[in-house]
Amino acid sequence: MKQTIFRRHRQLEGWPLVFTILVTVGILVGGLVEFIPLVLVKDNVPRIASVKPFTPLEAVGRDLYIREGCVNCHSQMIRPFRAEIERYGDFTKAGETVYEHPFLWGSKRTGPDLQRIGGKYPNLWHVRHMEDPRSTNPQSIMPPYAWLLKDDLDFAVIPGRLRALSRVGVPYTDAEIADAVANAERQATAIAQDVAAQGGPAGLERKEIVALVAYLQRMGTDVRTSQAPAGATATDVATPDSVH
Amino acid sequence: METPASPTPAQTARRAPAQLDVFRYDDGIVRMFVIATVTWGIVGMLVGLLIAVQMPFWKANLGPYLTFGRLRPLHTNAVIFAFAGNAIFAAIYYSTQRLCKARMFSDVMSRVHFWGWQAIIVAAAITLPLGLTTSKEYAELEWPIDLAITVVWVVFAVNFFWTLYKRREPHMYVALWFYIATIITVAVLHVGNSLAIPASLFKSYPVYAGVQDALVQWWYGHNAVAFFLTTPFLGLMYYFLPKAAERPVFSYRLSIIHFWSLVFIYIWAGPHHLNYTALPEWAATLGMVFSVMLWMPSWGGMINGLFTLRGAWYKLRDSVVLRMFVIGITFYGMATFEGPLLSVKSVNALSHYTDWTVAHVHAGALGWNGFIIFGMIYWLVPRLWRTELWSPRLANWHFWLGTLGILVYIIPMYVAGVTQGLMWRAFDDAGRLVYPDFMETVTQIVPLYWVRVVGGSMYFTGVLLAAVNLTMSIRNAPKLLPDPAVAMPLSPAGRHGGDGGHAALAD
Repeated sequence: MKQTIFRRHRQLEGWPLVFTILVTVGILVGGLVEFIPLVLVKDNVPRIASVKPFTPLEAVGRDLYIREGCVNCHSQMIRPFRAEIERYGDFTKAGETVYEHPFLWGSKRTGPDLQRIGGKYPNLWHVRHMEDPRSTNPQSIMPPYAWLLKDDLDFAVIPGRLRALSRVGVPYTDAEIADAVANAERQATAIAQDVAAQGGPAGLERKEIVALVAYLQRMGTDVRTSQAPAGATATDVATPDSVH
Repeated sequence: METPASPTPAQTARRAPAQLDVFRYDDGIVRMFVIATVTWGIVGMLVGLLIAVQMPFWKANLGPYLTFGRLRPLHTNAVIFAFAGNAIFAAIYYSTQRLCKARMFSDVMSRVHFWGWQAIIVAAAITLPLGLTTSKEYAELEWPIDLAITVVWVVFAVNFFWTLYKRREPHMYVALWFYIATIITVAVLHVGNSLAIPASLFKSYPVYAGVQDALVQWWYGHNAVAFFLTTPFLGLMYYFLPKAAERPVFSYRLSIIHFWSLVFIYIWAGPHHLNYTALPEWAATLGMVFSVMLWMPSWGGMINGLFTLRGAWYKLRDSVVLRMFVIGITFYGMATFEGPLLSVKSVNALSHYTDWTVAHVHAGALGWNGFIIFGMIYWLVPRLWRTELWSPRLANWHFWLGTLGILVYIIPMYVAGVTQGLMWRAFDDAGRLVYPDFMETVTQIVPLYWVRVVGGSMYFTGVLLAAVNLTMSIRNAPKLLPDPAVAMPLSPAGRHGGDGGHAALAD
């Protein structure tokens, strides 16, 4: 029996085409067995009614988060351990990430997890922290991102971004896409005014920083739980409007 | 004619049986890939060194373009796809021709492959610092570059498979099995994970979201390790180690068993990167179980490699090539034991998100991939350029600096990982976190980040010594390097004759 298998294999070593086909079948099985149920069986990713798509400003803020590579040092995935829930807030649910193209769960925590950062600090804290992380935590090893306060946000790209997102399945309506720039400007102005009112720099409404702050303040807030981190108050959260 | 073009099988069949079949190997393309390997190795590791300094010393983050977040993907892409990638291609182009007794199918395709791949690397080195990234690990390049990768890979595949088709040696040696698995699987992974809808020239969104995107990404990410950093290197080991040791491979049957089990099982292991996340538990458990199963086929490769040296261990004294291979295979064995260990949920609960992972991948990358690559290059360069190695002493220095450098890199990272993991989960008697301030767990390990910089610098210095040594060797090479010619008796039995035993590994 064994002898036959190895003799057969010796034959196979003379047939590159058959060999290649067998390899291809072999490598496809595992991936398909894991992927297909994840797409077809709805129970694998239970929907959460309160989870909504990002506002236009938050969506481009998320793109800035991607551009700066924040995911290299910060996870957005609180595991269901007591130590993590104590430290960061309630654990992440599959249904919270259904509009995340791409997912940003991360694989390394050089800095803390950010899943429930939304509403934890005032807008001004985030502006100061991005400008100079040492101003909010003297020992921080995070690089400064001061250019976010200087560089203008490109509002013009927003409709195209939302259209591409709607093509991959995020339910933005045509009306929302048409109103996206105005919507983003309204939210940006609200955040910039809040920052100025708290004693921060004025005139940030067209800067990149407001988009990033909008995204950070939204993170993990669609599911309000009793485990909300201390210090969160309603006024700290940028109010995402019309898209909802 | 002095240099006959390689005849097609049809032409050879028409000739009289007594005639000799003369053909030449294309070694020029191998020389190009070898030079590219060393060059990009230096670039990739230099970026690695910079980001290693940025961890404990934030002032090393320069402006928007050279910050950790943008450079880390550049480092990983450069060392995986540029350094290891070019090395794989050098190995495949050198050994495939010899194992098939045939020149590569098309010199033009070989050169399109080479220059296309270098252009892709340059595009990565420009776009990543600009912040043009998909953020998916080891698949950060945006969609136009992804398309270019697909085209170049198809050129490579056609060139390779057509060479297989017109081979003169009927039997495919084990190295070729691993190359086949590599070429097929990397194509499937790259296309599957890169499916995206463009929003503009350098911005796209993946078609998958959340949990599905995570699963597809780590199906890709884990198997990039499997089919870019493992299977081609095992193929390489199966060719170059017996060559350098002048011994046949230890076990033919073991190579069959571990090849098929490795190829089948590896694909399932991806979800172990997502233990305890929002991925459904059945998927994570499946990933863990298959990861533990992977231990055996992985060690099959290690055993077949190390046992090939039975009766030849004394050769290590004089051969830096064999010493590097042995260290490389040993690190492969350690990393493929550690991998299954890390995939076990209770271990992963501690190790995940910490520097333990960083230590693990660098044991693999610096130990296994790095040392196998330089072992191969020290063996190849004198043969490809028909010259002596300029300084065996310097190569010896490279070996020791590299070996110690790996240890000085990974040991502090293990300590940092375990320390921080334990601090994150420490509770006091009253049930409160002992270190509620995340910052405390960082300042604790910052000194270890400095030690890692020392280890990385040692390894990098070794690579610089290799570059000097190889440059000086190549400068002593003859001006003209004609492709080596091979003459084979035309077998009347044709393509399907001959024994082609597994031990036969002649040039």
